[in-house]
Amino acid sequence: MNQKTDFFKKAGSFLFDNKVMIAFAAICLAAILLSGSPMTFIVDGVFTRITRNTFTVLALIIPVLAGLGLNFGIVIGAIAAQIAVFCVVYWGLGGFGGMLLSVLIATPLAVLFGYLVGKLFNRMKGAEMIAGLILGYFADGLYQLLFLVIIGGVIPVDNPKLIISGGMGVKNTIDLTGNLKYAIDSVRMVDIVTVVFYVVLAVTLIKIILHLLKKYQLNKGDFIFFGIFGLLFGISYIPEIEKFLSTDRLILLDALTAVLIVLAILELIKIIKSIWINKEPLKTLVKPIVTLLVYGLIYALTFIPEIEEVLSYVKLPVLPFLLIAGLCWFNQKILSTRLGQNMRTVGQSQSVAMASGIDVDKTRVIAMIISTVLASWGQLIFLQNIGTFSTYGAHTQIAQFAIAALLVGGASVQKATNKQAIIGVILFHTLFIVAPEAGKQLFDNAQIGEYFRVFVSYGVIALSLAMHAWTQFKKEVQPPTGGADLEIPALPAVTVKQQTLK
Amino acid sequence: MKIREGETALDDQYLLSMKNISKEYFGNRVLKGVNLNVKPGEIHALVGENGAGKTTLMNILFGMPVIYSTGGFEGEIQINGESISIDSPHTAMNCGIGMVHQEFMLIPEFNVTENIKLGREIGEPTALSKIFGNLLEKMNWTQMSKEARKALDSIGMMNIDEYAKVAGMPIGYKQFIEIAREIDKTGIKLLVFDEPTAVLTEGEADRLLEIMRLIAKKGIAIIFITHRLTEVMAVADSMTILRDGEFVVRKDVKDITLTKIAELMIGRQIDKLVDDSLLASRDLSDNKIALEFKDYHVDMPGERVKGMNIKIREGEIFGFGGLAGQGKIGIVNGIIGLFDTQGDVFAFGKRLDLSKLGEALRNNIAFVSEDRRGVGLLLGESVERNITFTAMQIKDQFLRRIGPMKILDKAKADQHTREMIKLFDIRCTGPSQTAGSLSGGNQQKVCLARAITMDPKILIVSEPTRGIDIGAKKLVLEYLTKINREQGTTIVMISSELVELRSLCDRIAIVSEGKVFSVMKPDDSDAAFGLAMAGVREEEAV
Amino acid sequence: MKTIKEIYESIGLPRLIIGLFFICLVVVSIILGFSPAALFSDVVRRWLMYGTLVLAMVPGIQSGIGLNFGVSLGISAGLLGSVFAMEISFLRNWNEVLGAGAPWLTLLLALIFGIIMATILGTLYGLLLNRVKGSEMTVSTYVGFSVIAFMNIVWLSLAFKNGELSWPLQGQGLRNTASLSGSFGGLLSNPDVVQSTQPAWLHWLAFKIGDFTLPLGLILVFALLCFFVWLFFRSKMGIAMSGAGENQLFTTSSGIDVDRMRILGTAISTVLGAVGIILYAQTYGFLQLYNAPLMMGFASAASILIGGASVRRAKISHVLIGTLLFQGILVTALPVANEVIKIGTLPEVLRIIISNGIILYALSKTKGGNQ
Repeated sequence: MNQKTDFFKKAGSFLFDNKVMIAFAAICLAAILLSGSPMTFIVDGVFTRITRNTFTVLALIIPVLAGLGLNFGIVIGAIAAQIAVFCVVYWGLGGFGGMLLSVLIATPLAVLFGYLVGKLFNRMKGAEMIAGLILGYFADGLYQLLFLVIIGGVIPVDNPKLIISGGMGVKNTIDLTGNLKYAIDSVRMVDIVTVVFYVVLAVTLIKIILHLLKKYQLNKGDFIFFGIFGLLFGISYIPEIEKFLSTDRLILLDALTAVLIVLAILELIKIIKSIWINKEPLKTLVKPIVTLLVYGLIYALTFIPEIEEVLSYVKLPVLPFLLIAGLCWFNQKILSTRLGQNMRTVGQSQSVAMASGIDVDKTRVIAMIISTVLASWGQLIFLQNIGTFSTYGAHTQIAQFAIAALLVGGASVQKATNKQAIIGVILFHTLFIVAPEAGKQLFDNAQIGEYFRVFVSYGVIALSLAMHAWTQFKKEVQPPTGGADLEIPALPAVTVKQQTLK
Repeated sequence: MKIREGETALDDQYLLSMKNISKEYFGNRVLKGVNLNVKPGEIHALVGENGAGKTTLMNILFGMPVIYSTGGFEGEIQINGESISIDSPHTAMNCGIGMVHQEFMLIPEFNVTENIKLGREIGEPTALSKIFGNLLEKMNWTQMSKEARKALDSIGMMNIDEYAKVAGMPIGYKQFIEIAREIDKTGIKLLVFDEPTAVLTEGEADRLLEIMRLIAKKGIAIIFITHRLTEVMAVADSMTILRDGEFVVRKDVKDITLTKIAELMIGRQIDKLVDDSLLASRDLSDNKIALEFKDYHVDMPGERVKGMNIKIREGEIFGFGGLAGQGKIGIVNGIIGLFDTQGDVFAFGKRLDLSKLGEALRNNIAFVSEDRRGVGLLLGESVERNITFTAMQIKDQFLRRIGPMKILDKAKADQHTREMIKLFDIRCTGPSQTAGSLSGGNQQKVCLARAITMDPKILIVSEPTRGIDIGAKKLVLEYLTKINREQGTTIVMISSELVELRSLCDRIAIVSEGKVFSVMKPDDSDAAFGLAMAGVREEEAV
Repeated sequence: MKTIKEIYESIGLPRLIIGLFFICLVVVSIILGFSPAALFSDVVRRWLMYGTLVLAMVPGIQSGIGLNFGVSLGISAGLLGSVFAMEISFLRNWNEVLGAGAPWLTLLLALIFGIIMATILGTLYGLLLNRVKGSEMTVSTYVGFSVIAFMNIVWLSLAFKNGELSWPLQGQGLRNTASLSGSFGGLLSNPDVVQSTQPAWLHWLAFKIGDFTLPLGLILVFALLCFFVWLFFRSKMGIAMSGAGENQLFTTSSGIDVDRMRILGTAISTVLGAVGIILYAQTYGFLQLYNAPLMMGFASAASILIGGASVRRAKISHVLIGTLLFQGILVTALPVANEVIKIGTLPEVLRIIISNGIILYALSKTKGGNQ
């Protein structure tokens, strides 16, 4: 009896906590059905957009953690990336090398910008979000000044491909085909494996040197680590596998299978560990075994013809996904460091953090720098995938859409996870793809569908901000000070306050 | 330990020795040559009224920035006979001094281990941390939870789970986690407890005293700041009494009685602030009640009123005294309407519905809040706007009708303001000076002027002379006496300064634990006042 | 007597820069030989055009909700009202039936519709803002955006018969820009319109003095609005509202319901937004729908801040000075830019930089001061 009501309670609270995500999913579903678009089209579109946008959305997580709220200032990271791209295209460089150069230019710029933004936010504690919003517009203005007036105007540039005819200002659209387009997407898997192996080799050698210098203790983990990658590298020489790995794309079916296999192996390892090593009772096996069965089930489902057709249609570029996985891993990893713990503490309560000896201002600036750099890389991934550089528009919408996507996935101003980011991107962009067609079917007007999706993206943010402000306000009702010493400063009140917001 | 010139052999036995500490805030002497000596492993109580200087003394001990930004202090601090300079909380911590604050420094969303280890987390070096610094060390939660467990066990808190989230735990547990955090700091020699039992239930308070004994047994000295004298007698080994920033006495607990402590806390030469000539006597009838409180509750965090019953006679000057946090401040804030109230308040026999905004104002009650900057003034507006505001809104004064609108009558407002400036001797450049740029004393006069403009029958003033100079103090108190004697205005005065209350009140109610503890006369003994402030009945005093 | 330093500090560096910049532009444009009368006309015209929208910021700031970026609600109400009024005027053939009186009636109807809708919307909006105290600006920005986005759907769905409003071949959807030349466009401000459509006794509404155009009608309306707002804040209720915005505890303790004051302030702000966009449209001669009003909230906020207001205090003088400076820069920058650097889009870029820069500055002042 108790278990049943417990279950309903849990189900109820799950529904309530994730109401935004569920409502959005319902709208998505309705739109998909209404639009009548084929699933192959939708799934392909969604995965393309996942490739493009997820990295940027993931870059929003760390500021949320550190109490800076939704980072409307990622526009500035995108600007750093775009300046870099312009330089690289101007110098006529392309391919993966050109992309690396873009990273090399964009990163220090992003670090500088992130530092400045962080400093500004420290002067506006409690109003970071509105500050970020306005700052984004301000930076856009400066960017336009640079690209429209200075480049080509004050600094004459002679390049008809890049400059508006008449000589004043950079063109509205720059075609990246031939230089940076697909620079990341088109990296072959076999190349990735090779490079990764060499990097791991170098890292292991450094660890050995440090060990010899007595600065670092080598352990089993390091050798296993090296062994796995060495093994992978070796395997890649087998002809069939080499052939398979020589492409840059993986069809979704194969990707899904590979992921399922890896996850299944991880579960098996967990099971082996818990039985042989930790000697835990058999009932703890229930969860892992069920998980394995679920994986098996998913794999079985892929044999259904319609599903198989869709999965075979969609081709995924491998490197961006590896990068996304890498960022997810990074977001997790940083939490287990002192820096991450400091960020969490600062995010929970600046006053308690300060009293505990944490340098609050420095921690916040570091969080902003990381986020801005990640946003710049995200913008590079975005631009190389989309293939055309919309000079004056590429950076303006990304903050809005990235934040809306994050919120749709169930995140809030105080809490954001990798999972929420990914779910959010999927849901948000699905709606994006099907809305115009759905609008056409429903109202005989595709434009309405387009406007609807813009409305939803603004609305989701407005709703989330309002809900956050509501809970914030309830916690923070300021009473009179009860006669705190007026002329004579008393011990500074140290209260457990949640982050404030403006 | 070498004995240096000027020191006595006794100095050696003290863990902490604060010698001749003096501190001045903006010309105000807050500490005048205070000594504090604590032996290792002893529980030493620091006792005194509000404003006696206890908080400032602890701020100095703990190296708080507020001390240094206001001119530092005079005197010497010695630990184990060695003179040290404590210039920051960090230094204090390194010297082995810890503080358990009144307001908890915990993060509810974190678990107990994380809270105990806040800011001092243990990290393991990784390859990256070797290059980029210790921020990239991996957190070693296994080790940290072990240590947290140890700290919790050492104060007898075996039933607190070190992995549990702090949010939702009872307040007592939060207090104990704070203590565990301080114990966990290596090299802790001295712990300061600042009013630790204020927020605890009786059971939790007893628990706390036990924990103190446990800690002291380990050799850690404790400075215990409390106003609850029974607790002092129960757990302390020795005590220091401060009064008005001066050192009164240091005694072992076994050598002093509770009554004596109370007396020493209060007793001083009373310099009456109001000339006796102004205090003409009059007949106050018990049948004419101006203000009555029945089972009055006010939900003001930090100053809760928990069931007050009192009758204030017409034409009386009635005082409310008591220590901070005991509820006297909550009384007026409930009437103002800033906090939820329960129970009944009657003004001249009529029941007030305090849930309606402005109810008290409309029933001829005016008030001056203790928080003049936060509640009493519009700092950005002129003196004129401030003084005329309430009367304009409640009584439609200083307005002219133009059609359907009521517009400011500048001439009338200006004239009235000038009158008030003259009456109270408000030092300002004129009615249009911004209130925020006036001195504290003059700001207080503006608040008073605003209340008087309402022409009230009952005037409630909360901390009327806080932070203002002696001249202005006298002026305000004499004015209150004047309108009481000449116009029969009933005055209710809430103050933490007993001298003030005893200078002009007919009766004084001491508020303790949110209730009226006892109603006293101005010339009752110092000991009686002291005990009442400490919430101790005369029968209980040993 | 305030010292130079005190005056400097109270004005603030950005405002000083902006003021000097404007003076420079004026001097340069005179040197370049542009007709000062024509320039001045333009400045006055734009000053009046945006004036009421900036005025709408005052009740919001005074009542404590900060910069009302959500004035888009009022703007949408005004636009909706105008659109409905024009449709009715077309359907009832007022131009033929009422002659010179037709545009007046349309204008009146637009104002009535707009004000009614703005009052309702403003009150609801005020209720929302009361729940989000401390975050009014962030929430109002996005509520404003959402409303504009929603209105896009509305504009696209309306099937009106008025040819000025609707796309000719499709059955549905309004144009991006609707010309008011057949309606109330220029009624209070354009001499050509006034002289040609109105009887002689109304010709004083707008006339030329040499090169300079004097839109007397518009000036009177704007002056009247400014006067009413000024009078309101000298009234009992206005003083109460200002108190609520400055110190909630003080005001509550004086028996005033702060929440009610905030709702009132928001509603008045929204209504002024509706009136403001209608006056804007009549001066400009066009109704701009869809995404055009998206940034008007920011421009209005920037204007009042430039004029010396802060996030917490605003006066009528701030409105007048700020709008003059801001619009003045934009007007004089265009011809100067064309001459000197030959980049036509410079004013637009300048607008973005200046307006957002001053808002950022104002925000950093309040927050910085709080710490």
